[in-house]
Amino acid sequence: MLPCFKPFGLQTTGSLLYRTAVDATVSPPRPRGWHRFANPGQFLRLAARVTPPVAWAGGILTAVGLFWGLFIAPADWQQGNAVRIMYLHVPSAWLASAGYMALAACAVASLVWRHPLADLAAVEIGPVGAAFAALCLVTGSLWGRPTWGTYWVWDARLTSMLVLFFLYLGHIALIRAFDDPQRGYRAASILALIGVVDLPIIHFSVQWWNTLHQGNSISLTSAPKMYIGMLAPLMVSALGFTLLFAALVLARLSAAVMERRTRAVLLAEVRSA
Amino acid sequence: MFADLLRRELRLGLRHAADSVAALLFFVVVTALFPLGVGPEPKLLARIGPGVIWVAALLAAILPLDRLFGADAEDGSLDLLLLSGLPPAGVAILKACAHWLLTGLPLLLASGPVAIMFGVEPAPFAVLMLGLLPGTLVLSLLGTAAAALVVGARRGGVLLPLLVLPLATPVLIMGTLAAEAARTDAPYAAPLLVLGALLALCAPFCPLAAGAALRQSV
Repeated sequence: MLPCFKPFGLQTTGSLLYRTAVDATVSPPRPRGWHRFANPGQFLRLAARVTPPVAWAGGILTAVGLFWGLFIAPADWQQGNAVRIMYLHVPSAWLASAGYMALAACAVASLVWRHPLADLAAVEIGPVGAAFAALCLVTGSLWGRPTWGTYWVWDARLTSMLVLFFLYLGHIALIRAFDDPQRGYRAASILALIGVVDLPIIHFSVQWWNTLHQGNSISLTSAPKMYIGMLAPLMVSALGFTLLFAALVLARLSAAVMERRTRAVLLAEVRSA
Repeated sequence: MFADLLRRELRLGLRHAADSVAALLFFVVVTALFPLGVGPEPKLLARIGPGVIWVAALLAAILPLDRLFGADAEDGSLDLLLLSGLPPAGVAILKACAHWLLTGLPLLLASGPVAIMFGVEPAPFAVLMLGLLPGTLVLSLLGTAAAALVVGARRGGVLLPLLVLPLATPVLIMGTLAAEAARTDAPYAAPLLVLGALLALCAPFCPLAAGAALRQSV
């Protein structure tokens, strides 16, 4: 039996009453695993402890990776120094895709378990993921100018990243479009799931349509086709970006939880006055 | 009961024909603007014709989506539809059928004359029509899912293009690829088959997603 979740606002105002009423009869089963963090207090305590080290580690790793990539790593024999934009471009591309996967995971958690944190996380991941998608598009366009001789080509990867950016925008707009936030969470969850099914199809069809972008240099299944002196800083900066992404989402999530609490407290004051 | 409800949808659609006619007119006017925009050179028009028709059909199919559930949600008949005994996914299939019959099919019929006006050759013409048949069906299904998502939203009509168009890019790409292949005497079966595959994928999943969205909306 899954623990019963109360919406955040109610829980903060009514928690004292709720606790005493329940204690008088039978103590409720202790939620286990990640369901514990449906309790906003639990989540806030954890986030307060985790966010600063993640943010620091992410910042330092990003700085090291970018410095290494921009100043120490060798220039490409063909592209020259223009290749250095890769250390910014590739991590943002990876995070833009990973962010959408995270949205889909939140959608599952929201639809299956009604996990309140997943709903809030979906609200907060959207803009961060969209920002990384935009960063990827901008850096890619700046990279294209010296290497391909043009800011934009209708190449498969560029186009599918552009479509991904639009998918993010649709999700961001939909989740905020309802007066009843719960309705927005449900609708946006369904949209995220449709999107995640459609993404590979979009990717495949766009690839069939046109390809100019270079093929994969890194894959999980084969040895990387890349010099280790360039691969290492790329990995460091990708890890740094990922941690920064996590820290950003955690900080936004904590802020959203606290905002809800504040609103609930203010509402309670208005009601009692 | 499905047939009765579908008949009701069609009767309502024909009595308020303005929505469907507006979409059709939009389609014809937009396609007519392209020769004015890019110049009347026949070779160019014959080349871009299928693409223009696909894009215009995509945009026109979105126009009536706002009212697909909107009118029913406002006067409460959506609640009655969901209580009628049909599962929510069945209601979604009903709406998708109605949308295709009232918008998709007229668009399909209108694209014939428009393609002739663009001077599209017979081979790409046939492939264009063959692609538009599953294409408009997929658009109706995707559009129904998106329309179900925005029931009750503020500015739902503005949201719809942002939701549907990115999801519909594969349909557009496959449809135009097939017509382009037919124009250049390349094999065109594969993109058409992919369109069929997209239809086979959308036919069960879009109504399910739309049904889930509808259940949340009431």
